[in-house]
Amino acid sequence: MSRDNLQIDSNGQLRHFLSISGLNRQLLTDILDTAESFAGVTEQTVKKVPLLRGKTIVNLFFEASTRTRTTFELAAKRLSADVLNINITQSSAAKGETLLDTLRNLEAMHVDMFVVRHADSGAAHFIATNIAPHVSVINAGDGSHSHPTQAMLDMFTIRRVKGPDFGRLRVAIVGDIMHSRVARSQIHALNLLNTGEVRIVAPKTLIPAHAETLGTHVFHDLQEGIKDADVIIMLRLQRERMLGALLPSEHEYFELFGLTEDKLAFASPDVTVMHPGPINRGVEMDSEVADGPRSVILEQVTHGIAVRMAVMSMAMSPREIAAEQPHAS
Amino acid sequence: MTELEDTASIIDDMATRLGEYISRSGRADPAIVGIHTGGVWVAEQLHRQLNISEPLGSLDISFYRDDFTRIGMNPVVKPSELPFSIDERHIILVDDVLYTGRTIRAALNELFDYGRPASIMLATLIDRGGRELPIQANIVGRHIKLKDDEQIKLSGPDPLTLEIQKTA
Repeated sequence: MSRDNLQIDSNGQLRHFLSISGLNRQLLTDILDTAESFAGVTEQTVKKVPLLRGKTIVNLFFEASTRTRTTFELAAKRLSADVLNINITQSSAAKGETLLDTLRNLEAMHVDMFVVRHADSGAAHFIATNIAPHVSVINAGDGSHSHPTQAMLDMFTIRRVKGPDFGRLRVAIVGDIMHSRVARSQIHALNLLNTGEVRIVAPKTLIPAHAETLGTHVFHDLQEGIKDADVIIMLRLQRERMLGALLPSEHEYFELFGLTEDKLAFASPDVTVMHPGPINRGVEMDSEVADGPRSVILEQVTHGIAVRMAVMSMAMSPREIAAEQPHAS
Repeated sequence: MTELEDTASIIDDMATRLGEYISRSGRADPAIVGIHTGGVWVAEQLHRQLNISEPLGSLDISFYRDDFTRIGMNPVVKPSELPFSIDERHIILVDDVLYTGRTIRAALNELFDYGRPASIMLATLIDRGGRELPIQANIVGRHIKLKDDEQIKLSGPDPLTLEIQKTA
């Protein structure tokens, strides 16, 4: 089985959620539609549906994260699943246990799903390949490879604000494309949804070598890159991933690529500004923009819960007989 | 495939009896909630004919079904909308066909996740028997006996028509 179709079963249903590449437009739309119906659960007095009652979900985080882990945990709890948070950096890995041994032990506890965040690209694929067949794996970010639920919550946010027709949209992704698993997943998702134009905007040192082959237009100047853009997605400058001296200074980066109200004037008048968080204020973005009327940064966080509920429940659907239609009674 | 009598006149008759039932039971100012999809169509008609002041509510019970572990997610789930507080309110729950009772069980559970209603009444266009749970409707449009390999389907919303089909 190839890396890409590992996440889809023979009926075309989601089995694992590892990366956007390998999925199709229909499946992405199904995820967005399902998330839309979960968004209403937060309006209930009891913010819970009993869909995954009795299932056990393990958040397996080999890398620190607050927002992603918290929204995965809330999503699982709103589906009535039991959630276990395991922070491996402080756990048995420190005692020398291998990843496979850790997995075997968790499997022996009869868990149903792993949500995995890891600093190495391909970690979620590795786990999905080696796990017992009834267990689903959701990638919550692996190295600089992929962060598919973040990309889907961004697509959900764009669809909510701009409507379902991605074909008329110009979307600019600005910042550290090179180290960004978020950008990679966003570009795949935007292309699958037939977005009118996808641009990436960054200094030459922060753009991967094969960037043009991703189906994007590459810009090295912020004003040109965001000209007439309908959506601007700012990426976090990943200081912890900057292995070499790729930038002269954060101050200079802000001068050239930081988003300010002045520069925003070049974009479309009803432009929407997004950021996956956490924001480095005064590095990628001025506070005035981050907290301004065009920003949907906090909506993105809210949408993250509904999108993760959708992905979890779809991956947990029983697979063999998923095609059978329920009868109204 | 058999077509039934005029669906509109069954609903007119239901509305009359439902109105009488409400005034007789003294349950003032009720709200109507339809179950997707057919139940919402019937609920719209009852809502209009009974001049209910609260806007119509709708429930999609997909997330409350008892067969998720067998058949998984319903591909098209419509959001539930209850545009009023259900706390201390008399609720009229409306569905198109009452059969095993499992849909109503799911709808009751979902309603209670929105609050604590004063009471819940059930109105259904068709009661075809075959209950697997102790659930009965207060108002039934028509009682119909069906064979095990038959089902009754409401199409709509305009016009609403009922037909009996053989199941595959």
